[in-house]
Amino acid sequence: MNDLGMAFATAFGLIVGGDAALWHIIGLSLRVSLSAVAVAALVGLPLGAVLAVMRFPGRRAVVVALNALMGLPPVVAGLVIYLLLSRSGPLGSFGLLFTPAAMVIAQAVLIAPILAALAREALSGLWEEYRDQLRSFGAGPARAVPTLIWDGRFALFTVLLAGFGRAAAEVGAVMVVGGNIEGFTRVMTTAIALETSKGDLPLALALGLVLMGIVLAVNALAQALREIAARQGA
Amino acid sequence: MRARATCLPLEVEGLRFAAGGAEILRGLDFTLDAGAPTLILGPNGAGKSVLLRLLHGLLSPTGGAVRWALPEAEVRRRQAMVFQRPVMLRRSVLANALYPLRLAGMPQPKEAAREALARVGLAALAERPARALSGGEQQRLALARAWALAPEVLFLDEPTASLDPAATRQVEEIVAAIAASGTKVVMTTHDLGQARRLAGEVLLLLHGTLHARGPAKAFFDSPPTEQAAAFLRGDLVW
Ligand SMILES: Nc1ncnc2c1ncn2[C@@H]1O[C@H](COP(=O)(O)OP(=O)(O)O)[C@@H](O)[C@H]1O
Ligand SMILES: [Mg+2]
Repeated sequence: MNDLGMAFATAFGLIVGGDAALWHIIGLSLRVSLSAVAVAALVGLPLGAVLAVMRFPGRRAVVVALNALMGLPPVVAGLVIYLLLSRSGPLGSFGLLFTPAAMVIAQAVLIAPILAALAREALSGLWEEYRDQLRSFGAGPARAVPTLIWDGRFALFTVLLAGFGRAAAEVGAVMVVGGNIEGFTRVMTTAIALETSKGDLPLALALGLVLMGIVLAVNALAQALREIAARQGA
Repeated sequence: MRARATCLPLEVEGLRFAAGGAEILRGLDFTLDAGAPTLILGPNGAGKSVLLRLLHGLLSPTGGAVRWALPEAEVRRRQAMVFQRPVMLRRSVLANALYPLRLAGMPQPKEAAREALARVGLAALAERPARALSGGEQQRLALARAWALAPEVLFLDEPTASLDPAATRQVEEIVAAIAASGTKVVMTTHDLGQARRLAGEVLLLLHGTLHARGPAKAFFDSPPTEQAAAFLRGDLVW
């Protein structure tokens, strides 16, 4: 109990005192996960919108596959990217394995299906409402997709936040492709896992508290967005 | 502004529509000409909304044909439709009016959109989110948005169905102005007083068939059939 109390006190000290190693880890975590969300959004949001708007052969199969991929275990995603990026793999010549770029790729692969599936869900209600009116205006799918993405922007921002939350909280993928190299590829989750196993509870706790703070802030932001959207009748 | 070629008259021949195993329209034949508004009347479920959607091209007939005087590609941009529940894009009032104008590649869309808003008395609300408007204001915005396109034909599906008397009157004035500006209005309503005020001619749909049609005044003054008379008395609800 006393140890725990001490650990908490030290953890607060690290956070408040602006410990350089701690903030480096936090900074890298945010950079990696935000980049991963940005990359995944470029693919996931349009894909979700296309699935909401267009009816084509194989559409159902894509939706089923996306829903299955939503539950993809992060270590498996990490393993696949590892195999692709490893020196003997097809993308090995880029030398990306055990770099932050590899971590961005792994997280992006992990959350792109989540963004696509959530975006499809968020936009199909909107499409239901808009379909006849947009057809009446003479807007084909190529116009309908950007229209839906823009008009569904509040809902889609919540989708992005969900993706960010998932990326920032996962351990397995970044551990496998990043290697948890101190000062280079060590992020919050991998540091927590390592420090806990080493018995260095204060650093693990400090990171855990920051991570929880980030997750709480993301949820508060999502809630605030929903309220703004509701006020605008969106 | 508009090219001289016209997409009217619209010829409807043996028009059928079936869905879910039910025959909703059972072979309609009529022609729509330019001129005063055509009001499509009939009890609930007679097929009025389905007919408008078929004419506008949102549904495909399961039999018969809808024939415009121009090729299909040219007709799309010459007609517009306002739905019973106006569809408000999640944007400002002005952006709603702009959307179809930009899509249609109109020159100076901003000016045209602002002008259209002014015509329906919404200029002061241009920057507001459209979905925060009242029901009557939303319907006026939907009318402005369609009117701005200067369509040759405008389909209106019960534009005052859920509005209070004051909003209803405003909408009727706008519809009359649209018709006076040279657009052919084709409209459904269950408000017989409104039909008398606006109609140039009347089509009466019963059970998916065109039961009667004629110039409005004659239709209301001396209904052509016993069933038409019963409908006008309010005795025929199905
Ligand atoms: N897409 C559809 N599939 C099956 N039935 C439909 C469809 N659209 C309309 N109907 C049915 O067709 C009939 C006519 O509908 P509608 O045109 O909306 O009537 P109204 O004259 O009241 O506008 C109704 O019985 C309705 O339930
Ligand atoms: Mg109807």
